[in-house]
Amino acid sequence: MDKVLELKDLSLSFYTKQGEIEAVRGVNLSLNKGEILAIVGESGCGKTVMSKAVLKLLPKNSKIKTGSIIIDGEDITDYSENKMRSIRGGVVSMVFQDAMTTLNPTIPVGKQIAEAVLKHNKVNSEEAKKRALEMMDLVGIDDSMHRYYMQPHYFSGGMRQRCVLAIALASNPKVLFADEPTTALDVTVQAKILDLLLEIREKTGISIVFITHDFGVVARIADRVAVMYAGKIVEIGTAEDVFYDPRHPYTWGLMLCLPYLAKEGQPLESIAGMPPVMINIPKGDAFAIRNKYALEIDYEEQPPMFEISATHSAATWLLDERAPKIQPPVSIKRGLKNG
Amino acid sequence: MDNDIILEVRKLKQHFKINSHMIVKAVDGISFSVKKGEIFGLVGESGSGKSTVAKTIMGLHNITEGEVYYKGFKISDRGVFSKNKKDIQKNLQIIFQDSSAALNQRMTIEKIIAEPIRVNHIINNKEELNKKVSQLLNQVGLDESFKYKYPSEISGGQRQRVAIARSISTNPDIIIADEPIASLDISIQAQIVTLFQKLQKEYGFTFIFIAHDLSIIRFISHRVGVMFQGKIVELAPTDELFNNPLHSYTKSLLSAVPVPNPFYERNKKILDFDIRTFDFNGVLEEVSPEHFVYK
Repeated sequence: MDKVLELKDLSLSFYTKQGEIEAVRGVNLSLNKGEILAIVGESGCGKTVMSKAVLKLLPKNSKIKTGSIIIDGEDITDYSENKMRSIRGGVVSMVFQDAMTTLNPTIPVGKQIAEAVLKHNKVNSEEAKKRALEMMDLVGIDDSMHRYYMQPHYFSGGMRQRCVLAIALASNPKVLFADEPTTALDVTVQAKILDLLLEIREKTGISIVFITHDFGVVARIADRVAVMYAGKIVEIGTAEDVFYDPRHPYTWGLMLCLPYLAKEGQPLESIAGMPPVMINIPKGDAFAIRNKYALEIDYEEQPPMFEISATHSAATWLLDERAPKIQPPVSIKRGLKNG
Repeated sequence: MDNDIILEVRKLKQHFKINSHMIVKAVDGISFSVKKGEIFGLVGESGSGKSTVAKTIMGLHNITEGEVYYKGFKISDRGVFSKNKKDIQKNLQIIFQDSSAALNQRMTIEKIIAEPIRVNHIINNKEELNKKVSQLLNQVGLDESFKYKYPSEISGGQRQRVAIARSISTNPDIIIADEPIASLDISIQAQIVTLFQKLQKEYGFTFIFIAHDLSIIRFISHRVGVMFQGKIVELAPTDELFNNPLHSYTKSLLSAVPVPNPFYERNKKILDFDIRTFDFNGVLEEVSPEHFVYK
């Protein structure tokens, strides 16, 4: 399969007065054509920073320390701002959680979509408008001729998110980063936007990196799932792998927080403690102090990625052949039976 | 009146006049009652009027029409309200979604939690007050070191715990929690939900729990009311509502909730609800014991 995006051992830090914040630490990731990869994790785990790193949308005090970013066979790690401008929106696009701050409140949405078309294609304004109207139809905005001239405040939250999607998709990017695009929406609207993304993938063959913390959304949309913690990917696999056979204790912890898997009449389990501050990360596994399955070695050395199957791998010492055999919590298994 | 019922809302209407041609009917004739010691869930999408119900019960809006009874007192009546103001305000507490806005940035956690106790003259002795604050912090799972911190120094989950400690400081009968976990991370959500359950079980507080997240509502509530366009369209015990939804809006809402199970999700059909089929002049009817549907 064609790889449209590849991150190789990517590490990125912010340099602040308080010290070096290691936001992304050695991420290896690849994304195939037409694939939807979901990235889940608590806030502050580096999922947004990682995506913004690909688009180089981070402030000046950030620096890619090691690794490389390869898009569509091209290594863009050292690309200048000038070169990035043609990549952004042209090859890789991103949509954010809050559609209202993404859109310009004073400009009609149609013009904002046409602007994206003009930027990346050699077309005149007539053609750009035609293309913008097509995009509005694609993302399910009815009566596009009329709505083309309306400012964002005329639209509801779900409709605004559709406009943002239209802008992001205007010049046929190969990869779309969607950073919690449905978190601020109602469930019924969320369901429609998710179905829209699936439909657009069918029609255009775009690859999507979907960032979220909602496992329900992941289950609906994702082909593959990556779980992030403290700037690292701790488990990655197909949706079936991660949902039906999770191996990392952090993935177990996140799943046990879900009321869906809770036992009748028993309290929800939660992961003790807080995610670490990414300055002066202790040696060993960053999750060790919150992990009730932690082994001695977890406090000494970072676990490597252990391969479980061709598609599934996890970074936990529990998968080492010398580790004691630990079964995942019962309710996770019980949840699987329901499926 | 049933002795178990601690709060009753009858045909409550809360309309807001925007201008001479436009009236927003945020809450439009809803009735429900809350039993002592239960967690009553109120769900609905944004704009369905659930927060307005909370604020109206708290006496923060001038009621357009209808009545609110607390322990048989008609607190929607201005006269009754002001006569029993102290008692009502001590026994009705509210927790909001945004804890950073709800806590005064310039007060220490100790002062924040002690304020309702001081204002209501529940404890006047300084030493006892100090002990009470420590005990409250303990109840919500925080230690004494938090006393001298400011809201900006602690995390969102911890701030929500402080807001909860403050709301239970006067030992209220009813706590209205308006989206208390919506802005928290999933692992923290689980912690706060567990805390609510603990408080309800161990101390017998009554909760009205407002949320848009149906999975949480299903997990925590004993009975659930589903709101749509300012009306309650279905009201039933939790298991009954989730296993046997009758109103087409409830069905559509339940089908839209994403379930963390890929096989199920990929094959799920989401039911659409057409607002044009909604009759705005309907009434809530009891179709089976305790199960009410809007018709």
